[in-house]
Amino acid sequence: MNKTATRLVMVASLVALAACAPKRKVEDIPPAPVQQEEAVTDANAGKPIPGSQADFVASVSSDRVYFDTDKFDIDEEDQATLRSQASWLAQYPNKRVTIEGHCDERGTRDYNIALGDRRANAAKNFLASLGVDSGRISTISYGKERPDAMGSDEASWARNRRAVTVTVQ
Amino acid sequence: MKFNLVPGLCLALLLGTGVARAQLSVDVTDESGNDLNVAVPVMPTPQAMATPAGSTDVLGRQIAEVIAADLKGSGLFKPVGPGGIRAIGNDEVTAPQFEAWAASGAEALVQGYVRANANGELTVGCYLYDVALKSELTRQGYVIAPRDWRRAAHKCADAIYARLSGESPFFDSRIAYIAESGPKNRRIKRLAIMDSDGANHRFITNGQTLALTPRFSPDYKSIVYLSYLGSRPRIFIYDVAAGTQRLVTESANPTFSPRFSPDGKTILYSMAVAGNTDIYRISANGGTPQRLTNSPGIDTGGSFSPDGSKIVFESDRSGSQQIYVMNADGSGQQRVSFGGGRYATPEWSPRGDLIAFTRIAGNFRIGVMAPTGGNERLLTDSWQDEAPSWSPNGRVIQFFRTAQGNGKTGVWQVDLTGVNERRIPTPLDGSDPAWGPILP
Repeated sequence: MNKTATRLVMVASLVALAACAPKRKVEDIPPAPVQQEEAVTDANAGKPIPGSQADFVASVSSDRVYFDTDKFDIDEEDQATLRSQASWLAQYPNKRVTIEGHCDERGTRDYNIALGDRRANAAKNFLASLGVDSGRISTISYGKERPDAMGSDEASWARNRRAVTVTVQ
Repeated sequence: MKFNLVPGLCLALLLGTGVARAQLSVDVTDESGNDLNVAVPVMPTPQAMATPAGSTDVLGRQIAEVIAADLKGSGLFKPVGPGGIRAIGNDEVTAPQFEAWAASGAEALVQGYVRANANGELTVGCYLYDVALKSELTRQGYVIAPRDWRRAAHKCADAIYARLSGESPFFDSRIAYIAESGPKNRRIKRLAIMDSDGANHRFITNGQTLALTPRFSPDYKSIVYLSYLGSRPRIFIYDVAAGTQRLVTESANPTFSPRFSPDGKTILYSMAVAGNTDIYRISANGGTPQRLTNSPGIDTGGSFSPDGSKIVFESDRSGSQQIYVMNADGSGQQRVSFGGGRYATPEWSPRGDLIAFTRIAGNFRIGVMAPTGGNERLLTDSWQDEAPSWSPNGRVIQFFRTAQGNGKTGVWQVDLTGVNERRIPTPLDGSDPAWGPILP
């Protein structure tokens, strides 16, 4: 994967040079400041491979939607997030995703597994309503077993009540 | 595992308990606490002999220590010894020096002996005396493999507890639970088993796969639990002797929250289908599952009444988690919790008289109520106490306590007075305790 990334960067650089070529003679191009050159290289190196998980995360408005306590409804903000995920999925029709449903720690274990399943399915159903083939979407609930934020406070719990879309690589 | 009552002593036990004359007793419902002074001297051995579990004279001290710890842990007794009290001779076991014990303040006296037999087994004798009345209250004897010496101690403590409280025994039983370690967001959770006092601890799974909510089968031969094997949450039956496991039911949907029926023939479980969770029952040998609930909400958990005719479970069909009772075929579903807040994880007492639950109203607390609802009492008061499991005699409840912030967990137990609460020692953190029945 590193090798591919390097090659892509090289290709991108050649394209960039080629695009510049008609406008100026090669010798007219001033040597770029060292720092700027590094910055450009970094930016290129960080550019994710199209269709990858990194590309998904970089392309969508968020890889996750959040829920109120004990709730699993998809509000307007969640809808916008899921629309951005749906358009990425439309761009890569061979990609499959898993939606992970999670809960905060302030619920009992079994109930939270059921609630996480509800949340993952709510996100899945909304994606399906946007035209994503539901066969491309699997779900899994982790209940309260895999918190994202580590605190025992309202802010942490709000971050943990989530459904996270992960591409299947 | 071989574990025999000695026939001769058994007869003596029957004769002994046939005469009702005891003045000594303890009351498991007394909230002011019991502090019956019970002396537990070292059990002498006729002749110190080496066994695979150690020398018989060392075992005599260790057995007395376990008996004293069991009695203390029940909250009903104030055991004294075996350290710091007089040692008894072998000839004293059936002829106690009552005056000396009375002078030391002892009200009850537990004596016994440890003898190595020619065939490699141990015989452990256990005698309970009323010091003031100078009378024997009960006696038992056990023939065991040396490695099972702790069971002889638990059986002796059970005999004392039962004789003095009038309740059924519970010390000689085992716990399945989840051993926890690691950071809060990547918690390692392993299936593990131990004796009711935390001894003879054994890890069953290695922690590479998330394991949750175990339950022993009534015969202790298998454990049903939730495993995330292959990133698919499903319930498995683990065979303790063979070390193998199999799926309870084949399904593309997640299955969780497994429970055995009291006779071990049926397993209750929950299955989520497209976000809707219902309760099902299936033969422990497999076959076609039967769906018991069909509400559009989350129906989960579930626990049989001792006679197997009814099931208590939780449902959020009303808008929040509440406790319901239904017949074992799913008919006649009725809500029984009305106290405000949420009610979860109901477990029917083996005595049939109470249902234990987690009450969520701000903090999580363990409570009990009548099976028809009402007579609610909360037993614990901490930030997050969850998932009660009954002792075999329905007098003590184990649960797990989660710490605010770091998420560390521990297995705890509390009696029905709510006064006697203590942590069960585990090598790592612990959650989801499931108490099995009294061992035969």
